[in-house]
Amino acid sequence: MAIQAQLFITCLTEQFFPGVLRRMVTLLERLGVEVAFPEAQTCCGQPFFNSGFRAQARDLARRWLAVFGQTDGYIVSPSGSCVDMVRHHFPGLFPPGTPERQRAVEVAARTREFTEFLVKDLRVTDVGARFLHRVTYHASCHLLRGLGVREEPKRLLAKVQGLELISLAGEETCCGFGGVFSVIYPEVSQAMMEAKVRAVTESGAEAVVACDAGCLMNIAGGLRQANSPVRAMHLIEVLAADGDPP
Amino acid sequence: MSHGPARIDFRANTQQVPPGMPAAVHKATTRFLTGRAALVEILGQELWQQLRQAGHDLRLHTLMHLDHYLERAERAMTRAGGHVHWARDAAEARRIVLDIAEQHQVRRVVKSKSMVTEEIGLNQAMEAAGIRVVETDLGEYIVQLAGVGPAHIVVPAFHLSKEEIAALFREKLGVDAAAEAQQLCQIARQTLREEFLAADMGISGGNFLVAETGTIVMVTNEGNGRMVTTVPPLHVAVVGIDKVVPDWESLTVLLKLLARSATGQKLSCYTSFISGAPRTGAETGPWELHLVLLDNGRSRILQSPECRETLLCIRCGACLNICPVYNTVGGYAYGWPISGPTGAILAPQILGAQVAGALPFASTLCGACNEICPVKIPITEILLHLRHRVAEGDAQEGPVAPAMLRAGARVGAVGLRTPWLYRLGSRLLKRVQTRFLRDGWLPNLPRPLNRWTMARPLPAFAADFREWWRSRTPEHR
Repeated sequence: MAIQAQLFITCLTEQFFPGVLRRMVTLLERLGVEVAFPEAQTCCGQPFFNSGFRAQARDLARRWLAVFGQTDGYIVSPSGSCVDMVRHHFPGLFPPGTPERQRAVEVAARTREFTEFLVKDLRVTDVGARFLHRVTYHASCHLLRGLGVREEPKRLLAKVQGLELISLAGEETCCGFGGVFSVIYPEVSQAMMEAKVRAVTESGAEAVVACDAGCLMNIAGGLRQANSPVRAMHLIEVLAADGDPP
Repeated sequence: MSHGPARIDFRANTQQVPPGMPAAVHKATTRFLTGRAALVEILGQELWQQLRQAGHDLRLHTLMHLDHYLERAERAMTRAGGHVHWARDAAEARRIVLDIAEQHQVRRVVKSKSMVTEEIGLNQAMEAAGIRVVETDLGEYIVQLAGVGPAHIVVPAFHLSKEEIAALFREKLGVDAAAEAQQLCQIARQTLREEFLAADMGISGGNFLVAETGTIVMVTNEGNGRMVTTVPPLHVAVVGIDKVVPDWESLTVLLKLLARSATGQKLSCYTSFISGAPRTGAETGPWELHLVLLDNGRSRILQSPECRETLLCIRCGACLNICPVYNTVGGYAYGWPISGPTGAILAPQILGAQVAGALPFASTLCGACNEICPVKIPITEILLHLRHRVAEGDAQEGPVAPAMLRAGARVGAVGLRTPWLYRLGSRLLKRVQTRFLRDGWLPNLPRPLNRWTMARPLPAFAADFREWWRSRTPEHR
């Protein structure tokens, strides 16, 4: 039986990077995964949780769990921080010993970030992509330190034909997004983003790749602001490339 | 009733960061982090992680039995001829120290570097009582001359250049100082030597307090701590109740962690152990030793299961060094002597969320602090809990977030959790944005979205995945 993946598209990816989602479906299907999309999903509640509004976060988590709790198989998302929310913060929103807690733990256990799903669950690193460009990689904080996903994205990039992977100074330093942080302290966020954009520009890469919509909004905006020719891309866009200009 | 401290406005403070600060901070923190990493490498990751876990466990054990170990420390200290005082809050601690000073007609005080006396504003209180207080740690001495607080909890003046320090010495000391490190040190050394000899009282903090022997442990690099605690006839140590460790064996674990994490040293140049006052004529040291044990909100922090690990902190400053926010704004933006991630979790609990509620939000939750902390404080978890305290209130404090914001969160959550509202919102955003669109981007949005676009443009709202999914023929699904 084919492996099943329920798409957890995440609100920011849906609003700003729908192309990533389409390519994610295409890629997963090409790898033989049976893809489903629970259409009742909305937001996982992370913005509320990170702002301290736990009642609202709990509300959204409850809904999210109702939607995904009825599904089978893996739940796969293109965004590390949203998976971190589900895996590490959903259970704690419900008192121990309650059915909701039980469900949160059960659903969290089958939720995956896209690159860990490919590398750890599907055991695939070569997806047959061809991308003839110099690329550098920004490690998103919640993917890296929240989920402990450090090597998987780079292992996937290493197998892309024609791609030259360039190291990024301060690869594991936060880009300054931080969700609500970016609008509560915009000046500090901007300074951090500019440092990241400078490092990206100085790396000599033609594209910077990340695995989180938040970081991508921030870095892409920063690159545009700086009139930089460097493109900010989701890893999925690179993995879906077939050698033609993206 | 007097007015409490003013609300800390992190955003306003960040806009007053001197232009040279971030680069200077980054240079210094990089040096510390590089030194630290090299020493961790020598020990090996496995041993280092074991040490961190041991440090965490023994600190937490001590906190959970704090009454036992504090009383033990008090008994041992008293037996060794020291006087122990208990201070419930900052005001009581200041009064105790001022009373001791008054009893001994103290006019001049020398101090070694101490974050806890910064916390209680001791210098200002003593100066108000007409007592001359001189900081003798070089960095503290410099920031004291400059009339500011510490910019970093370990290296208070690290953001100042040789040129700035030389100008400060010329102005405040009336000496001919060139911007040359050795000469500047020599000037400070000569000036401070006079201060040591003339002082009636030495004030120190304490990095640790060993319960089994009542020993105050001081970790320093300049030797001034030894002068402060031995030359004047009277020594007062102010120590937070969180600083107690059970025994010398536990201490060795923490000393291994502290210097490596703080300055990238295996051990600091001086590790001083002060066990009571001189008991025989052959022993040297001050004739009188006082230990002021400060609570100042710590026992309340202890009552919060979500936040109590805040008190594990050994003030090494590693979380400041690694923090991208701290590296961008420096210490002063935090509006409190203890800055960076550890300050952002401590300040709101000591000063209250009303005063320091901005600080738990002064983080991107990137988690670098969690990974570097030598005693494994779950800093981002505590930041998140404190955000919850600010927004909704918890067992310790009521909410302090504006009612408008809380109402906004409720409305926003309804919109996001109701699928048809969510989809309607997606469509409306795509329609409404058209007059702001420039070349596929939203460079300039009205309030409150301008908080994003003032820093960088927003990508256009483009949601179309659901339509695409539905348009696919069933056999493709």
